[in-house]
Amino acid sequence: MIHIDLIDQPIDVAATLRTVEDDGAGAINTFIGAVRNKSTGRPVVRLEYEAYDSMALHQLRKVAEQAVEQWPMLKKVTVIHRKGTLYIGDVAVVVAVSTPHRAESFAACQYIIDTLKQVVTIWKKEFYEDGDVWVAAHP
Amino acid sequence: MNLKIALFGIAREIVGQPSLEVSAPEGQSVQTLLAGLREQYPALSRLSSLAVAVNNEYAEDDTTLSERDEIALIPPVSGG
Repeated sequence: MIHIDLIDQPIDVAATLRTVEDDGAGAINTFIGAVRNKSTGRPVVRLEYEAYDSMALHQLRKVAEQAVEQWPMLKKVTVIHRKGTLYIGDVAVVVAVSTPHRAESFAACQYIIDTLKQVVTIWKKEFYEDGDVWVAAHP
Repeated sequence: MNLKIALFGIAREIVGQPSLEVSAPEGQSVQTLLAGLREQYPALSRLSSLAVAVNNEYAEDDTTLSERDEIALIPPVSGG
């Protein structure tokens, strides 16, 4: 019921949503993270995502397990993160969860993406017309 | 003992290579390892945070390291 992946090809969002379908789930909640054209006012050309794969997969699974502990009614959880070079509009991450009722699906989905951003060993570098920056590296 | 440390993101760029071999006394702690690396590569100290991972888990400062451990330097993560 937990499905985790880290891939260097485009994420098939529709196929990802199908992985959390469940006859007992009246709610499917999805977060889709996409590449934005600006960062702190600077036009972004592309992003490069780098991962410490084994730890990222391990930590992603832990985050999903923590969500199931906190919301035991969770039927299915899928988290797919992309790595490599991404351009404006590309999907970088999909979190999908299913639950019997909607309230818990919103809460669990938000918990997973928020915690992913804090602990999962993935790094992104933003490339602009005139330079590049590792996001969040410096205060 | 010799510790092999995997490097990612900005830490890899600061050091200039994807991994590092450090010779350390038995029972070296995470804290001491970090202090040594910060001294050798001062740019590491300017990062918002710098953690050490041991066998795919975030390690505490007083965790002791062994040659068999898979060790990595973890600069501020920015997935999502």
